[in-house]
Amino acid sequence: MPILEVEYLSKSYRQLHGENTLAIGNVTCRVEAGEFVSFVGPSGCGKTTLLMTIAGLIEPTSGRVIVKGKEVKGPPPNLVLVFQEYNKSLFAWRTILGNVRFGLEARGDRSIGAESKTRELIDIVGLKGFEKHYPWELSGGMQQRVAIARALAYEPEVLLMDEPFGSLDALTRLELEDTLLRVWAELKTTILFITHDIEEAIYLSDRIWVLSRRPSQIIQELLVEFSRPRNQLATRAEVGFMAMRNEIYRQIGHAP
Amino acid sequence: MNGGKKFNWLGWLVLAILLSLWEYGARMSPTLRFYIPPVSQIFTALSHLFVSGQVAGHLLSTLSRFLEGYVIAALLAVSLGILLGYFRFAYNLLETLIEFLRPMPSVAIIPVAVLALGIGDRMIVAVTVYASLWPMLVNTIDGVRNIEPTLIDTARTFGLSRRLILWRIILPAASPYIVTGLRISLSIALILVTTAEMIAGSRGMGFFILDQERSFNSGNMYAGIIVVAILGYALNRLFLVLETTALRWRRGMIARESA
Amino acid sequence: MRESRLDGILFLLALFFVWELASRSEWVNPLIVPPLSKIFASFGSLVATGDIPLQILASMKRAAIGYFLAAAVFIPLGILMGLFDGCHRALEVVIEMLRPVPPPVVIPVALLFFGLEDEMKIFVIFFSCAWPILLNTLDGVRNIDRLLLNTARTFGLSHVKIIWQVVLPACSPQIMTGLRVSLPITLILVVISEMVGSTDGIGYFILDSQRRFKVAQMYAGMLALAVLGYSLNLLFNLAHRALLPWHWGMLRKDEV
Repeated sequence: MPILEVEYLSKSYRQLHGENTLAIGNVTCRVEAGEFVSFVGPSGCGKTTLLMTIAGLIEPTSGRVIVKGKEVKGPPPNLVLVFQEYNKSLFAWRTILGNVRFGLEARGDRSIGAESKTRELIDIVGLKGFEKHYPWELSGGMQQRVAIARALAYEPEVLLMDEPFGSLDALTRLELEDTLLRVWAELKTTILFITHDIEEAIYLSDRIWVLSRRPSQIIQELLVEFSRPRNQLATRAEVGFMAMRNEIYRQIGHAP
Repeated sequence: MNGGKKFNWLGWLVLAILLSLWEYGARMSPTLRFYIPPVSQIFTALSHLFVSGQVAGHLLSTLSRFLEGYVIAALLAVSLGILLGYFRFAYNLLETLIEFLRPMPSVAIIPVAVLALGIGDRMIVAVTVYASLWPMLVNTIDGVRNIEPTLIDTARTFGLSRRLILWRIILPAASPYIVTGLRISLSIALILVTTAEMIAGSRGMGFFILDQERSFNSGNMYAGIIVVAILGYALNRLFLVLETTALRWRRGMIARESA
Repeated sequence: MRESRLDGILFLLALFFVWELASRSEWVNPLIVPPLSKIFASFGSLVATGDIPLQILASMKRAAIGYFLAAAVFIPLGILMGLFDGCHRALEVVIEMLRPVPPPVVIPVALLFFGLEDEMKIFVIFFSCAWPILLNTLDGVRNIDRLLLNTARTFGLSHVKIIWQVVLPACSPQIMTGLRVSLPITLILVVISEMVGSTDGIGYFILDSQRRFKVAQMYAGMLALAVLGYSLNLLFNLAHRALLPWHWGMLRKDEV
């Protein structure tokens, strides 16, 4: 059974002047456990709305989301969303350690082992030594790592990520992509990733869904079959990489 | 105060000069002495008051009324403020009412309070609560409304219940604003207590100071004022200590922002 | 957002209705809380006979003198202290000594000096507005970017010209803040000083009405006070817009 199913999902909003805007059109897809899948689409196409709806933070207008066989009505317990704006999502009043520990607390884990688990995660995302710091003391990239560590502390079966590297500089982005892949390989979570960066999507994923402009609809599904573990130089240099990128680029450009 | 921790010799010198002029002038001129007794006399009066215990009762009165009014107002204001900040519709209902009541100076409520509660502790505490409520309430509402929606969404995605969201997210996130409101209300509460004591009291520092003026005991009057000033100063310092401890996490952020 | 406004107004009207009913049915003691209609009637007649306007005028005269006197003294002082560190350090200790004194406590002193005359209230208001005006002005001057001053100097402006053409406009928003904060302080203290020692004025009027058990009149006085406070705010905003149109525009933009 697929771990996540989206069936005929649509979401429309009531505007100030009474008209309805359709943010998500008719989205249907399936994700198998352990997969790394991405949604790619132009800005403003409704990707965030789609992810928030899947995460149970927004109610769909029609259709439904099923996680492990149960329909989603409100945030499901085995799923966590990592937001794009990390600085608005981290808890300014907790240290790094406190923030990551929050993920464990949210699971109800207050055991003695929680402390060491927290430190382990901080180490995995490469922030060892910064435990006692406060979020504002860290750079953007480091803050986003904290957010990721916090989400991982929750040990979700499905991890949703909303353009997590979007506000970071190019070099930091590449670094975090690899960190993420490393973590994913170790923890074997299912990851649903959103990005507008086509190459990033190809680099990270097993499968890609290309989204149209608003209202979001899946125009195409692509299988990414480059070998793992991926490598920033080798994988991106493969012949098929650019071809796939161009194909997606064209799709998005020509989408209505 | 200053940028560095240098001791302000000049400032203290100026103060010393002014005090000496005061002392000299008051000793020389009988008229001046009437209005402004020599500094030395004031300090003698001050110590005498304390030693004789004359002022202790009044001070205690003022302090207890202040604490009672302030704490009640804080509890009311913060809980109400969180509710109004979180639930849009409740705020909308009360917004116009709040806008209506705000421009009226809280002191105007004293006559009503006297009418309803007579003269005494209850009346004074009541007006203190009323006046202290506003800054705390407004700032708390502001703080809650300014919470990043992403923060709440984050808590929700981690499956936090409503109650936990309140304690773990809303309170800490709004705490800087809440503390600002609490700080403003600190001075307001003291002002209201002393005012109410002046207008309709039989005990307390406000009453004492006015009473001494009426008996033309200017030395005692000034001494009383000094006591109240010290009280206000001490309360402020105490608050600052509490604030720094509670908002330790903010210190660095603010320092960086102002740099 | 008009809808929410309407809700608020309706709620207010509902409260009015409840008040009227509660008072007339004697559910609350009508001697302490008379029916709203009586209060409005009293208010109307007192305004018509000129009673209330006269009292307000008396209060406003004192308030205005005290307020503008404080501005005339403490704005220049603040600027001087801001520009000349020596001046600041000289006066700093004295100011810090006087600051913790709660303004109403100064009233007996003023009584001693001036009795029940206008001067008493003016003195109290002068003292109370001192710190907000002084400290805000000081802050405003000290926060002026060095760059601005250097720009003026590189254009060869004399000291006086710099103060007049650069310093003053640059710190005027902060000065405005000080003046704005002093407005409610002025109102509060004119009322308090009239309640403690006066023979006329709106503060005296309210207290006196209470002492004579003319309860509706007392509430009418409070209503007048609220209207006064509201109007002063409005007036101040108009003045703000007229004097500092550029700052007003900035603030508006942030709001939107």
